[in-house]
This record gives sequence, C-alpha cells and structure tokens, in this order.
Amino acid sequence: MTSSLGTLALLAALLLALLQAAGGLWGAHRDKPVLMRAAGSAAVLQAFFVASAFGLLVSAFLRSDFSLLNVWQNSHTAKPVLYKFAGAWGSHEGSLLLWLLMLSGLGAAVALAGRLPDALRARVVGVQGLVGVGFLAFTVLTSNPFRGVGPIVPTEGQDLNPLLQDPGLAFHPPFLYLGYVGMSVAFGFAVAALLEGRMDASWARWVRPWTLLAWSSLTLGIAMGAWWAYYELGWGGFWFWDPVENASLMPWLAATALLHCALVVEKRDALKAWTVFMAIMAFATSLLGTFLVRSGIVTSVHAFANDPNRGAVLLVLCGLYTGGAFLLFALRGGRLTSTGVFAGLSRESALVVNNILLSVLLFTVLLGTFWPTVIEVATGERITVGPPYFNAVGLPLLALIALALAAGTFLPWKRGRSGDLVRKARTPALAAMIAAAVWYGIEGGSLAALCALVVGLWILLFAVFDLARRVRTGEVPARESLRRLRGLPRGYWGGTLAHAGLGVAVLGMVGTAIWAEETRAVLAPGQSAEVAGYTLTLDRIYEAKGPNYLSEVSAFTLSKKGRTLRELYPERRWYPGAQQMTTEVAVGARGFSDVYLAVGEGRGENREARVVRAYHHPLVYLLWGGAVLMAAGGALSLSDPRYRAARVAVRRRPSAPALAPAE
Amino acid sequence: MIAALILAAALQTGPTLPADKAARADRIAGELRCVVCQNQSVRDSDAPLAADMRALVAERVAKGESDDAVREHLVARYGEYVLLAPRHNARNAPLWWGPVLLLGVGGIVVWRLGRRGADVPFEEETGGD
Repeated sequence: MTSSLGTLALLAALLLALLQAAGGLWGAHRDKPVLMRAAGSAAVLQAFFVASAFGLLVSAFLRSDFSLLNVWQNSHTAKPVLYKFAGAWGSHEGSLLLWLLMLSGLGAAVALAGRLPDALRARVVGVQGLVGVGFLAFTVLTSNPFRGVGPIVPTEGQDLNPLLQDPGLAFHPPFLYLGYVGMSVAFGFAVAALLEGRMDASWARWVRPWTLLAWSSLTLGIAMGAWWAYYELGWGGFWFWDPVENASLMPWLAATALLHCALVVEKRDALKAWTVFMAIMAFATSLLGTFLVRSGIVTSVHAFANDPNRGAVLLVLCGLYTGGAFLLFALRGGRLTSTGVFAGLSRESALVVNNILLSVLLFTVLLGTFWPTVIEVATGERITVGPPYFNAVGLPLLALIALALAAGTFLPWKRGRSGDLVRKARTPALAAMIAAAVWYGIEGGSLAALCALVVGLWILLFAVFDLARRVRTGEVPARESLRRLRGLPRGYWGGTLAHAGLGVAVLGMVGTAIWAEETRAVLAPGQSAEVAGYTLTLDRIYEAKGPNYLSEVSAFTLSKKGRTLRELYPERRWYPGAQQMTTEVAVGARGFSDVYLAVGEGRGENREARVVRAYHHPLVYLLWGGAVLMAAGGALSLSDPRYRAARVAVRRRPSAPALAPAE
Repeated sequence: MIAALILAAALQTGPTLPADKAARADRIAGELRCVVCQNQSVRDSDAPLAADMRALVAERVAKGESDDAVREHLVARYGEYVLLAPRHNARNAPLWWGPVLLLGVGGIVVWRLGRRGADVPFEEETGGD
C-alpha cells in the first residue's frame, strides 16, 4: 500500500516537474503569462507530492513497516523514535528523497516569493523544475525508497548503521542538503541572467537571501558533521580531508566567494560574468558532492553503500546540468557587461583577490580529492592525498585571505589611499601579531601553529576593530557609540559576526589540532592515568542495556590536584540488529576545552583492564562556537530589512501579497 | 610490574625511545595512513596493524635512520598508499604546482584589472558599507 502510494506520488511529482520546467522556461521565452503561472502552480504542487512521499516514508519508518525494502534494511522495531525518524534519510534512497524535498520546497518558495519580475521568476522556477526532472527520474528508476520487500514481509529489520544513530548525524543531513540544494536557487538565477542577457543590482539583491540561507545551513551542516566525527569515530579528530568532507567544503568555498562578489554586483555594477560563473560553480560542486558520496569511486567513512552503476548515471546527470550551464555561460556570458571601474587599491579589488584566493583553495581541494583517482586510472597505482597536503597548501592561502579581508574591511569602494589603509590597519595588525606571539610563547607548538594563531587573531581583531571604528569608540561619548551600535544595519552585523566566527574557529583549530595532549594507557579498575594535569581514574566497569544495544560502561572520575571534578562514562556498544560494535566517547567540558576519553578492548588474563585513550583538546569549543557564529552571521544578514525594502523599490508589476519564506 | 607488562603488551610500540626520537617516530606515524582504518593515521589508530606499523617506525628510528629512509621502508612494504603526504616527484607535479600556477594567473588578472582602473578618481569616504 505505502509502496504504491509513495511511487505514485513520486511519479506525479515527476510529471509536474516536467510541466514546471517546460512552462517556466518556454513561457518566459515566449512571454506567455498563462504558461508562467502554470509553472508556478506546478512547482507548488510538485512540492506537495514530494512532501507527501517523504511523509509516507517517515511514517513507514515510524511504524516499522518492513514491507518496504528500505525500511527493512535500515530500521529495527527497538530503535529509538528519533533514529526511526532520522532513519528515513539514513540510506542512499531516503537521502535522495530528502534532497528532492529540499529542491521542490525551494522551487515552491521561489514560485511564491514576493516581488520578483514574472519572467525572471518563471525562469528560476523552470530551471529548478529541470533539475527536479533529472533527480526524480533517477530516484524512481534506480533508487526508489518505496520498493517492496517481496511477498514475505519480515518481522524484524536489519537496523540502521549504529554509527548513524546519533543526534549529531540525525540532523546533519537536513542542514547539509538545504545548503547543497539551496545553491540551486542561485544557479537558477544565474541561468536566468544568461538567458535574459541582463543582470543588475536588483538581481544581486534577489540572489543574496537565498545564497545566505544555503550558506548558513551548509556551515551548520559541515560543523555538525565535524562534531559527529569528533565524538563518534573515537580518535579525537574532527576533519581528515576525506573526499566526502572535501565534497561539502567545495560548495561552501564557492558560496562564500559568491556572497562576496555578488556584493560588488549589487553596489558597483561590476564582476557580473564572474558572479554568474561562481553561482554555477556553487551548484556544480553541490552536485559533485551529491555524486561523490554515492559513486563508489572514492573510499570514505561517510559514503553510502556504493553502487558504481548508479554512480555512473548520477555522473551523467551532474555532467548534463553543470556542462549545460557552463556551455550557456561560454555562449552568453560575454553579454553581461559591467559598467563599474575601480582602482587597484579599492574594496572591489580586495573582493576580487578574495574570490581568486577562494577559487584557488576550491581548486586545491578539488585537485587533492581527485588526484588519487587520476593516478589510479593512469598508472594503476594507489596513492593518498591526505591532511599534510591540504594543510601545506591551505594554510598559506588562508593567510593571504586574511590579508585580503583586512584590506577589504578598511578600503573604500572605487579607490583607496594606501596611507589611509596603513593608518587604519596598523593597530589591529600589530595587536594580532603581538597577541599571537605572546600566546605562542606560552603554549608553544610548531611554526604552523604561530602562523595559524596570527591568522585567527588577525581575522577576529579586524572584525572587532572595524566595529569599534564605525561606532567611533573613544572619539564620541560612550552613549553616542551605543546609539551608533544599534543603528548599524543587520547586514553589516552579519558580515562582522561571520568574519569574527571564522577567526574564532581558526583559533579552535589551532588548539584542537596542535596543542592537543594525548595519553594512552591500559587501566584496570582502581588505576588512573594523567593527561594535561587531569587525573582520570577508572572506578568500575559495568554492563547496561540500551533500547537496541548492549553496552559496557566504564565509569571514570575526572579530577585535578586531588579535587574531583566530574564523572565520565565512555561506552562500548554492541548492536545485535546491525551486528556491529561502536565506541561512544565521553567528553568532559572544562571552559573552552575538552577532556576526551575513549575506551577500547579488554586486556589482561581476565579481561579486567581496558585500553584507554585520553585527550585534552584546548579551545575545541571555539571551533564549534566559531561555526555557530558564522551561521548566525549569515542568518542575521538574511534578516536585513534592506533586502525587503529593495524589493519594494524595484517592484514593477503589482503582484498578490505572498509568503516570502527566505526572508 | 604486572601493569607495566600489560601496558607494553597492549600498546606494542616497539623499543622504548628517548624523548627526541619518540617525538620523531610520533610525527612520522602521524603522516602515515592506517591502511585498514578509515580516516585515521597510524598514530591515531587502535588497530593491531597500526600498532605493528608504529613498532616498525620506532624500530627504524631507534636504529638512527633518517625520516625519509623510514618512510621508504614502509612504502616498500605497504605501497605508496600509506603516505598521507604525497611525494614531491614529477608525477605529482601538477598536484603540488597546480594551485601555485592558478594563483599566478589570478595575480595577473588582479594586476590588469587594477591598471584598467588606474585613473579612477578618489571618492569621499561615506563610512557606509
């Protein structure tokens, strides 16, 4: 029953997506209002059918309806409700449906959004319909989550991969996918600009909120993934430059570049073709990420059950969309002429440099991710491109980005004076270098640690000093400064918060990656180990029973200088349904730092002792906090009423008041 | 004494090294891939194979071999796949120099853009955004 209803809903959505694509693109081309309106209605209806299909799948998971192959393979009656719910997107098929839900939802949102010119809206909606056609067809034909299990319905499921049964990972995919798929809106706007051969400041204002939404979600999604890796994989790291991690970083870099160059389009009518290119790039890399996880061409801890055949179809699909858009860009990009000119020393130039650096970083990540594949295809040998490569190339680029950021913050549009720049930038630059030197003197570490410290403090302090300069701290009375503080536009606050967040996150990375301390020991109950001045005493080991697992808990006492601070309970779990073992680390927060504890297998004659690994990760909460600051900055910028005001100002045709979900 | 024996058996880190050599061995192990794990270096992994590889690195370092010699030994045994840092050789030249080349192209673009706007007048700063 669910099987046929779900498949029918997907087929209906496919037909509507076809109508949406054809009506939107053809209607705008021929200026047929009927067709354009039909495309909008089709987008809303498509979203309804995809949402229904998604609801059916979630309900099948909640009811443990094992007549569906997907539910049987990824669920279990004893699984906690949260993971039954999240299990709906825990597999390749289910996650594709989530992806489609985001795509159709955004399509409907654009169709309903207020105050877009009809033709532009129809084209954006049409492009999203076109993307929907390909991915709906792919889902129905190769990866239908509603496939039945056969005549005999099993009574018990095989359970979801226990590594995924975790709150961090339950909500990681929705944010990540909203980020990936959110780029499809900017992509649609880019293709529309190429089709119309026209692009102005209002284009940039319309694209901005959607890109901000996608960028903020992606930031949170990546951070959640890193957080999950940190405490679920049990080795104390948060990022390994794994292909799938890289796949999520690439669209983030492209979207970051896009947000910055779209500013230049908006304020100065320049960099138009480049901005369109970056918008296409952001979605192209999102598609690449969608493909990479499912392709089987890379080995990754995050990959889905790999199937090279489905991967090949997906590759063709991604190639068609990306290739088509780039072909259009090659043919029509030249028509997007810019009028704004600027001097070598200007905010525009700084933003150009920022975009070039982000693009080089993006290229580096792309190259490093696929280089092993290139070498294997060419020579048959397997090589690895790991963290040392990305750190070696990435850190200098990040340092250059920090320099461009400083220049961009303090330079005016059009043309700046080098004397002014030096005068304004002197104090924060010196402060950053002195603070870094002092901190380095206390904590020590490699030369890379010193460089990264300078970069992190530099980015953070430039944000803070610019804020102080704008409210004229020290020049006017404190009350006047406060009034100015309140008067700053939200867009400015958003940017400042995001920059500060990046600086804070870099400091967190230095602490976690470079200043971390580690102790390994074998402990029997009653024995203790030391890490970074903390004492960890193993009190006892006992067994516990979870909803769908058996657990062996090791109870530790964390103390410092004889004073007991708290208890920690790392676990080793056995999931009988999935026949898999997992390690659950225990993390004890101390200020911005963590004491991190993982317990391994038993040792000794009677298995009374355990292999224990303890880490001290200084500043790790700055890493998570920095990511949250960045996302909050994006959200704040998104809520800037200027973008709404701008929409009213440029409104040409009256249109019915409607919901504008992205604001 | 028993605890110490258990410790040695459990961690299998090979010979006990003086501090400087231990740090070197640790650094080398951090740049080797644990070939049976996912996303872990030999230093970070609990896998028995990683413990063997750590022991091997410690043994070679104890003999006074250079970092490169230790790495070559591991490559001979496990293949180039174990190196997390790709080699600086002709084959990997595009990997290492590609980003530098692109950065150079970007620099030329910026320079040319700046020259195009060489006679743009100064504008009074508004203090706006």
